Amino acid sequence: MKSLGSIRRDFAPWNDPNAKPYIQFDNVTKKFGDFTAVNNLSLTIFEREFFALLGASGCGKSTLLRMLAGFEEPTSGRILLDGQDLRGIPPYRRPVNMMFQSYALFPHMTVEKNIAFGLKQEGMSAPDIEKRVAEMLRLVKLEQFAKRKPHQLSGGQRQRVALARSVAKRPKVLLLDEPLGALDKKLREETQFELMDLQQNLGLTFVVVTHDQEEAMTMADRIAIIDKGEVMQVATPAEVYEAPTSRFVAHFVGNVNMFEGKVAERTAKTTRIAGASGAQIVVDNAVDTAPGADIVFAIRPEKIKISSKKPVDAVNALEGEVYDIAYLGDMTVYHVRLDDGQMVRASTMNAARITEDPLSWNDRAWVSFRPDAGVVLTR
Amino acid sequence: MNTTWSRFNVTSIVLGFAFLYLPIVLLIVFSFNESKLVTVWGGFSTKWYVSLFHNQGLMDATWVTARVGVISATVATVLGTLAALTLTRYTRFRGRVLFSGMVFAPLVMPEVITGLSLLLLFVAVGLDRGFLTVTLAHITLTMCFVAVVVQSRLISFDRSLEEAAMDLGATPVKTFFQITLPVIMPAIVSGWMLAFTLSLDDLVIASFTSGPGATTLPMKIYSQVRLGVTPEINAACTILIAVVAVGVIIASIANKRREVQRQLDEQAAQRG
Repeated sequence: MKSLGSIRRDFAPWNDPNAKPYIQFDNVTKKFGDFTAVNNLSLTIFEREFFALLGASGCGKSTLLRMLAGFEEPTSGRILLDGQDLRGIPPYRRPVNMMFQSYALFPHMTVEKNIAFGLKQEGMSAPDIEKRVAEMLRLVKLEQFAKRKPHQLSGGQRQRVALARSVAKRPKVLLLDEPLGALDKKLREETQFELMDLQQNLGLTFVVVTHDQEEAMTMADRIAIIDKGEVMQVATPAEVYEAPTSRFVAHFVGNVNMFEGKVAERTAKTTRIAGASGAQIVVDNAVDTAPGADIVFAIRPEKIKISSKKPVDAVNALEGEVYDIAYLGDMTVYHVRLDDGQMVRASTMNAARITEDPLSWNDRAWVSFRPDAGVVLTR
Repeated sequence: MNTTWSRFNVTSIVLGFAFLYLPIVLLIVFSFNESKLVTVWGGFSTKWYVSLFHNQGLMDATWVTARVGVISATVATVLGTLAALTLTRYTRFRGRVLFSGMVFAPLVMPEVITGLSLLLLFVAVGLDRGFLTVTLAHITLTMCFVAVVVQSRLISFDRSLEEAAMDLGATPVKTFFQITLPVIMPAIVSGWMLAFTLSLDDLVIASFTSGPGATTLPMKIYSQVRLGVTPEINAACTILIAVVAVGVIIASIANKRREVQRQLDEQAAQRG
């Protein structure tokens, strides 16, 4: 089956026209003085979804999260949670909890007291609080640290306390602001999977803000890519990577080669693109383009084959010279300067230990790709 | 680090400390003088300390000073903390610059002017000078010091702590009392101690604003010195120095211990 769908196969409410949206941003704009942080943005998030807001710093993704938590009010537009308009509801009355980037653990309280804080505000009885706290400590594997203060914990432990504290109240939605930003790489990877398990087990809706595309790809059901306060694309990780709808998204997520050109000819199935410097490529029809229109063909490095001889049956084959080689162990990345001057990045998995006829610097080389290996972008 | 003592180093440290502490040492030594003449050593004695406790005037003044100090420091701490909160939290209200200037002006205002203007105010509103007016004046004097101390703590205060508390369901009032206040408490306590100390040794403003029956210890000492320094005064000052010194030493030891403990804890946490 050909698919660009979700990883969780039976979970795709965004494709179901009858699914009820859980969180809705409705034409939301947020201005700070003259600065527009969020610009007329609409977004729908479904129940039990692991949703990522991905963007560079200052793109407005954190503002979205803070509006959901109630720390900021939209300048215009509205935010609905389970059908209820959140306008005017203060943070302490919203059924959402947030895990802060700085963790914001209360320094004068023990781990236990930190986790119990929200439950106490709820007016839960002491024995129930005790039970829930013990359960949370077990969940994040910090039982023996219950009596410690935050400054007596390592970074990874603090992160888990913050997580336990924010899920202790069983919120409808958990907001995570750069939840793994302060951890080192190894710990980050482990924690990503822990977070995913937690979300599955508790059946919560997660909205996570991150600038790390790998993190978003690993964890999220869907990703919204935000730039300058606007949504560029909302899609599953596979769609975002394989079918970006704009140059920005193609560039932002992963590496990409861009061939600029004009539509030269269009047949029933394919479009021929004439590059600015003469090279011609043939690609499958995807978007409606009139002949003569400026378009871009975007293709990922691993979809480009590199060889020392011209491939016999390739539809698209361009000749050039090896400019640079980066050996990364599991794969090798080649930078090839085409004869028309364009640089192309091609990566090859090192599936075999020993390669016959390896390419070297300044060797003549051919890059080739299938007509359906990339996407045509008009914006 | 250079650990050898050069002659220059020794000389400068001796000179520096002599400059700072010789007068005080002299005062302490002469408080144990047997002789009634202040500058002539007549042997060791503690009799001036005994007679000090029988000097009703000095004891009364001490009691007034203690009461003025505690009350004015407490009120100044509340007001100063509120001012500091406003100044750090509401950074954009109209007249903020003016307000912050006005809060901190008494820091640099000559005490004579503060004292005189307070006197004029009390006379104008018909407030009888006495215990109340000294206390009010000391609140005015010390409030800005508290504000400075608390504000410097608030600037480094992580606002997300408060947001986290509210996010977890605490109302703003609960957030303030359960999170903000405990976290900034050390700064508030040192603000209070600073205010108390300032009130304790203030002479100028107290002289302007005090009245009969509300003579503070510094005023009493000053008035007695004008009639000639007695060893009794030396004894009183020695006790005052001892009280302040003990306070400072306890505070710094506690601080040091906390710091060391914290470092040990953090090292332990890093090891896991």
